[in-house]
Amino acid sequence: MESLLDTLGLSQSVQLLSLSPPGWGGNLLRGLANSLQIALGAFGFGLVIGLFGAYGKLYGGPILRDLLAIYTTVIRAVPELVLILILYYVGSDLINQASVAMGYGRVEISGVVAGIWVLGVVQGAYSTEVLRGAIQAIPPGQLEAARAFGMPPLMTLRRVTIPAMMSFATPGLANLWLIATKDTALLAIVGFSELTLETRQAAGSTRAYFTFFLAAGALYLIVTLFSGALFARIEKWARRGQHSLKGGMK
Amino acid sequence: MTGWRAFMQPHRIFLMALFAGLFLWCALSLRWDWLPEYAPLALEGLWRTIWILVVTTVLGFALAVPLGLAQAVGPWYLSAPAKAFCTVIRGTPLLLQIWLLYYGLGSLFPQFPWIRGSELWPYLRQAWPYAVLALTLSYAGYEGEVMRGAFASVNKGQLEAARAFGMPRLTMFRRIWLPQAIRNVLPTLGGETILQLKATPLVATITVIEIYSVSSRVRSDTFIVYEPLLLLALVYMIIAGIIALAFKKIEDRVPDRPHQG
Repeated sequence: MESLLDTLGLSQSVQLLSLSPPGWGGNLLRGLANSLQIALGAFGFGLVIGLFGAYGKLYGGPILRDLLAIYTTVIRAVPELVLILILYYVGSDLINQASVAMGYGRVEISGVVAGIWVLGVVQGAYSTEVLRGAIQAIPPGQLEAARAFGMPPLMTLRRVTIPAMMSFATPGLANLWLIATKDTALLAIVGFSELTLETRQAAGSTRAYFTFFLAAGALYLIVTLFSGALFARIEKWARRGQHSLKGGMK
Repeated sequence: MTGWRAFMQPHRIFLMALFAGLFLWCALSLRWDWLPEYAPLALEGLWRTIWILVVTTVLGFALAVPLGLAQAVGPWYLSAPAKAFCTVIRGTPLLLQIWLLYYGLGSLFPQFPWIRGSELWPYLRQAWPYAVLALTLSYAGYEGEVMRGAFASVNKGQLEAARAFGMPRLTMFRRIWLPQAIRNVLPTLGGETILQLKATPLVATITVIEIYSVSSRVRSDTFIVYEPLLLLALVYMIIAGIIALAFKKIEDRVPDRPHQG
């Protein structure tokens, strides 16, 4: 094994990537854990915003609908990097003003919370559109049946709307999850030590740029491919009981 | 003008007044005194943003056509690498790709004396070739996937008709296959071009001076945080609006898709 690595000239790379301190593998994995944590949080936060947003766009009053239209349009037209900076400064300013007003003094905001807040607001705009389309695709008879049986709105949401829209929403949500994992890289620019920033630091201090950037790329790619397989299973599960589009009626 | 009448509902007039008020408040009570000093730099940055956007979308699309074609109808030894390329580009963050090319290639090239001696060396020492390369490859990766679907979606009867008339393969591609494929995905291409616009500020991280890095510079020089960022967001919204309008114009100009089947 070692002689094979030697002949390929990779033994140095393996040493650099080893998990214990002379190598930087541990740092990369810690960065990956941070990235995934933020991506999960932002995706979840975005889903909550998206569900409210979709309901507002579909059933809300005219003012709410217009405001939501502005929200989704603006978020989708401005680069994530700019939004991240604006939301980061606005968020930390608001929290600091609130805490100074309450007499606590300035507070340090944790990078994870800031990242989830910033990316969640961005994801929310995209989720709103995905979920709105999915809710609209539910055959109206199903919702009417729920109403006819006197189901309260929240129970309708839990028992009918969410399960019925899952199959329509999964492909769009899978895309959003992949965008969330890749957008965490942008937090490197506000100095949050997720995978991309850890990689750059490791590469910068060892001068082995290709080794580390390729290793980080492989980690991202593994996450992407693994999530793709997972979402394919979720979609299959969400479609259970539906007629297959390819197989025709049975 | 019924559309206009339908648009101008009372609450919209109220909202528009509210936003006009907000805009005026921003214009009057925020600090804009830095603007004259940085205006020439900002214009230069804006020009460079647009230049990078146009060059990378054109080059990226030129690369996406063979990538899509290889995946749609190519033999396995062409389609497999094309698919792998698209998967890798779409599966890793663009920021990582930019840094890999800039820092990776940038530290590799100086080790070869013949590269340092070549005519291209003055360019390879600057940041923008790497920025253009990274953004081009990224656009090609995403669009290769789009074009794969587009080429596959063109009605087979049209291609058979062309073949029956003895049209050479290149003419058939140029006159029938490519135009119809592009027409089918024009709305997607518009959206992807806006995504490409939103990717351009990432090149600021490798010292390319475009509009985003001008705003960062104002922030670090003057400690004014919100005003440059708000103006920057407005600039991007305007460019995105222009792209959307341009694609709408093109979509309106091409004739409607005939009923197939």
